[in-house]
This record gives sequence, structure tokens and C-alpha cells, in this order.
Amino acid sequence: MHNIFLIIQREYITRVRKKSFLIMSIVGPLLIASLWVVPIWLSTRETDQKTIEILDDSGFFKDEFIETSSLKFEYIQTDLVEAKTEVLSSENYGLLYIPRINLDEPEGITFFSGKNPSIEVIQDLEWAMKSVVEDIKLERSSIDQATLDSLKADIDIDMINMTESGEKAGSAGVATIIGYISALMIYFFIFVYGIQILRGVIEEKSSRIVEVIVSSVKPFHLMMGKILGVGAVGLTQYIIWLVLSIMITTGISSYFNIDRKDSLPVQTEQSGVIEEEQENEFVAEMFNSLESIDFSLLAFAFLLYFIGAYLLYGSLFAAIGSAVDNDADAQQFQLPVTIPLIFSLIVLTAILREPDGNLAFWLSMIPLFSPVIMMMRIPFGVPYWEIGLSLTLLIAGFVFTTWIASRIYRIGILMHGSKVNYRILGKWLFMKN
Amino acid sequence: MNILYTKNISKSYGDFWALKDINIEVPKQSIFGLLGPNGAGKTTLIRIITQIIFADTGKVHFDGREINEEDVRKMGYLPEERGLYKKMKVGEHLIYLARLKGLSRNDALTKIKYWLNKFQITDWTDKKIEDLSKGMQQKIQFIATIIHDPSLIILDEPFSGFDPINVNIIKDEILKLKNKGATIIFSTHRMESVEELCDHIALINKSNVILYGSKQDIKQNHRSNTYTVDYIGEFRNTNGQFQITDQSETEEGYIRSNIRITNDQSPNELLSILIDEVEVHAFQEKIPTMNDIFISKVNEGTNA
Repeated sequence: MHNIFLIIQREYITRVRKKSFLIMSIVGPLLIASLWVVPIWLSTRETDQKTIEILDDSGFFKDEFIETSSLKFEYIQTDLVEAKTEVLSSENYGLLYIPRINLDEPEGITFFSGKNPSIEVIQDLEWAMKSVVEDIKLERSSIDQATLDSLKADIDIDMINMTESGEKAGSAGVATIIGYISALMIYFFIFVYGIQILRGVIEEKSSRIVEVIVSSVKPFHLMMGKILGVGAVGLTQYIIWLVLSIMITTGISSYFNIDRKDSLPVQTEQSGVIEEEQENEFVAEMFNSLESIDFSLLAFAFLLYFIGAYLLYGSLFAAIGSAVDNDADAQQFQLPVTIPLIFSLIVLTAILREPDGNLAFWLSMIPLFSPVIMMMRIPFGVPYWEIGLSLTLLIAGFVFTTWIASRIYRIGILMHGSKVNYRILGKWLFMKN
Repeated sequence: MNILYTKNISKSYGDFWALKDINIEVPKQSIFGLLGPNGAGKTTLIRIITQIIFADTGKVHFDGREINEEDVRKMGYLPEERGLYKKMKVGEHLIYLARLKGLSRNDALTKIKYWLNKFQITDWTDKKIEDLSKGMQQKIQFIATIIHDPSLIILDEPFSGFDPINVNIIKDEILKLKNKGATIIFSTHRMESVEELCDHIALINKSNVILYGSKQDIKQNHRSNTYTVDYIGEFRNTNGQFQITDQSETEEGYIRSNIRITNDQSPNELLSILIDEVEVHAFQEKIPTMNDIFISKVNEGTNA
């Protein structure tokens, strides 16, 4: 046991000291933070309002354009030719010209500007004018404002999760996001660090250091030391990412002095009041539904599935590495190991459609799939017994793969130059030491 | 007194016998040559001794009792195919290997200092392995093998990659280690170093020990009663009582013949017959070299 710690220590220290680790530790959080900060930054930039001049010859739109955070309107009463030359020389964004129009067939509405106007601005203008025209037309059909208002329907289905501890507001959206993030994290972790195990074993084998090491260390200890050492490096990286991301994000957010709701892009509504209200509602809903997710269970399950999945796949990657002489030869064996991983990512959409369905249940019982699948399902609520059974099977699974891997590894690391196929691997499995 | 003996060791891989019924005894404080052509089973035997793999049948005894896991710590094994972690520094690499052998960090540091000093390479401590030449790496590997003062040192082709000067340095160290009480199992194809260093020999061919014993005895047993003679003239060997195994002209008129006495005549009788017929310039018994013995023994097995 003393040796296995020495091996873990070496794996850990040599990897953490590498430049690539340092770079990844810094670049990773910057990337994560930029995913968060760039949209905020962009949205703050948009606060410089564009002023649009309106020349309304029809008279329908007087005071109908309402100022928003991005658009300001100025009504003018001059000749079109004059207005056109003026808008070019002014700082204003453009000129909207509305001629006398037939409401049934509005024609000739034109936007003049010095440069190509953004589609967004034009859509906003079109949308605003459309609703004005619709209102007028409705009024003409002798439907009064009261009737109009009463016709508007606002449907919002409240989601309530009924759990043993009572009813909680739920949100499929939030659960989906959290499920996806945790499933993807497990997926990437296995991939990135599984390949590192593979490379590490191949390096030890091809440089023949392994011949020196096995005279003082049992092959099984060497293999487990590598798997655990690399895993510790991965966990360290994740923790660094987490801490740095939070620091960078909060740092930059407070610098921009942005509060939460600004970052949530909401469709520009005609009325600023409604916009505000809806935003608040949305944020409140988010928070409420966050409460519906059992975070301590999620964190606990994530940790266990994370470790279980890593050990399960890690030992398989170690076995592959031991059987081949170089990275190229590893490809053929890598595929069958990565297929279940990729498969569980692909079926996530199907799982989402029916988080309690048969497919979801059975896949979360098979150790090769269960980590990714379960992390998707848990935010939606999974009975404890299912999680327990799935974890037990996962433990059995990695004990089994570790056993297989150690059988292949002990023979493989000392075999050179022989082309290995599955039949030979099978032979090694049952070969006596 | 033996430090190690193997009793009826056999090992097979499927249908292939890697070792069959191997019995060897390695006397304490000796240099034991483990010889044999490529693929004879030497590495398999060494791996069984070092407990990397296990024999199908038979036993290994170490220091008078059956070998156990702890005994591996008392061995130092330098494999033929060997390497180091390229990205590690010399100092930390040696510490790592020493600690795997059970040394404490402080003991490891003391020993490393001692050996680096001895080889006058203390300035390598902070160099990365990948910046060292092959010979330099071999030196580090040699140090790693003996850092924990093993009582049994197993060296598989220890001289490969060394220039002649370093070969001599390592040879000296091997002899010093032996004088300090260590036993060395030495596996090589370089017969001149076997000749020079080994006290005992086991020759393995095709999974079997085909020659075994002390170097002296073996050489004694392989004397073929052959004499190398340099002379001028023509040796007619009229009665056919001698066998001329080899004949060549070394210089204008000078002939060198290997003459074997096939009956129980003495070398003096051969010499007196020679003197009658030719002008003898040199007369010497042709003692077989380890190289000759190796080749003849291995070929014998192939032809049989």
C-alpha cells in the first residue's frame, strides 16, 4: 500500500507541474466566464440608444412608438426631402417615413438611414406598427378596448412537483439545464482523463520504465496508482475551474455592475412595464424551481457517479494502454470503450422526453451508461431505491472492469511487439501469472 | 552457501514451454552468469526470481527459505529493456525509485548523494532525463538498481549503451559490490565479460539448462586436447593419429595449425613428432573460450 501512494504522488505531481495543466487551469475558467460575461457585456453595450426620426404623414402613429432601452423616437414635421438630408448630417440612426396609407393595404413605408439598418431595429419597428394598425382595425370593426383587453389570453402552466416533503414549484427547463451540465461534465471528465491514463500507460510501456517499476511494485498497484493519480489531477483541475470561474464571473459582473435580471434577454415588448414584470416573474420562477431540485442529493449523486464512472472507464483505458505499443494501435480498442459513452450522450434527448420511462430506467441500471443517464434524470426526481440500485450495480461494474483490466494489464505491460487482437486479450484474461 | 536456488522450475505459455525443470544454485557472494541465446528463457527465469511472474511448478528459495514478497526488496533488478520517465529530473527520479524499494526519503537522499558523487555526476541532479545521453541514462539506471544495497543484484546486459571507459567503471563497481558481500546474477551475450567476471555459469537453451557449473570446471571439461602450433615446413601426420582441425598461413611460409590429439598420447609425444618434421616456432594448448563453449553447446542443441 505504501507503494501505491508513492505512485499516486508521482502521477499527481508530474502532471500538475506540467505547463499544459497550468494553461488549462487558466484558460478553462476564462472560457467558462466568457460564456457568462460576453452576453452580459454585449447587452450592456446595447444601452446606447439609437434615435429614430419619424415623419408620420398618416397621423395614425402619433405617440404610438414607445421608447425602449435601445430605441428612442423623435417626431418631426418637415418635408421628406429636407428630413432626409437632415438625418444624414445628424447623429440620428435613421428616418422612418410613413406616407398617407390605406390601412388595409399599407404601402410606401420607408426607412432611410446612412448605413444598412440592423434587422432587429426594422423588426421592432414593423412589430410596433403592426400592432397599432391591428388595434385600429379592430376598433373599426367596433370592438372596443375593453373587449380587446378581455380577449387577450395569458396562459402560464405552473409546474408543481409533488414530493414527500410537500409540493414544490418545478421547472422542466432548469432541470434540463442542470441535468445536461452534470451529464456532460461526467462525459468530458471520463474522456479527457481516460485518454490521459491510456497515454500514460503506453508511455510507461514503450519507454520500458515499466520493466524497472514492476520489480518493486505489483502491476495492479501500478495501474491503480496511475488511475487514482490521474483522477486526483482531474478533480483538482475541476476545483480550480470552479473556484476561478466563480471568482472571475463575480468579479467581472460586479465591475460591470450588472444585476441578475439584465443578463436574461427578454423579448422586447411594447410596454416596458410588462417587460419588467415578466422579467421579475421569470427570475422568481427560476429561483422557485431551483428550490425544487434536491441539491444535496444531486451533489452527492454527482460525486459518486463521477468517481464510479471514472474508475469503471479508467481501468478499461489502462487495460487498452497496456495491450498496445503505441497510440495508433490503441484506436481499434478505444472505440468499443467510447461507444457506450457516446451512446449515452446521444440518448439523452430520448431520456429527456421521458425521464421516468423504461429506457431511462434500464439504461440507468447498466453501469456503462448509468452515470451519464442518471445525472440527466436526477434533477427531475428519481426514487432513492433506483439510485441505490444503480450505484450498487455501478460499484459491481467497476470492480468487474478493474478485475478484467488488471488481468490484461499484468500481461500486457510486459509484452512487446506482438500484434494484439481480442482473442489474445481473452487469452490473457485467463492466463496464470 | 547459496543465496538462491530454484527447484524444478517450469513455466509454459499455452503450448509453448518457456522453462522446463530449471535447477540452479547461486552461491553467495559470487557472480553468476546466466547465459543463453535470445529467446532461451533467461528473462522468464529472471522474472520468476524477481516475483514479477510465477512458475507453474517448482520453487524458488532465497536465503535458505522459500521466497516471499518481502525478499524482492532485497533484490536489485536491472532489466535488459529499461527506461526512465523522460520528463522527470535525475534527482527526483532516483528518489522515486529508491522509495519504491522501501527507502525513506532521507536515506534515499543520502544514498543518491553518495552514488552521484562516486560517479562524479552530482551536477546532473536537476537535469531532466530526456536531456541525458543513452549512456548517461544507463548510469542512472545502474544507480537505481543498487541504491537500496540489495543482497542479490540481477543485471541483464548491464553494459549495453556504455563506452569502453564506462564499461570498466561499471565492471569495477560490480566487483566492489561483490567484495562487499552482494551476489550478482549477470546475464549477457558478451562472452569476454563473462570470462572476466563470472564465477559460475548456467547456459540456458530452448527452455533447458544445458550447461551449468563453475567457470573453471566448465572450461576444464571443455578442453579438447587441442594444441595450436606455429611452424615452418609441412606436417604430414603420416599415421593419421592426430586431427588437424584448422590450418592457415599466418605469414609467408609460417603455418598455424590446430592439432588435436585423438588417442591417449601426451602433448610431448605430439611435440617430438612435430620436431622431426617441421621447424616449431610456438606450441600452446588451445583452451576453449567461453565464446567457443557457448557456440558449440548451443549448436549441439540445434543439431540434435
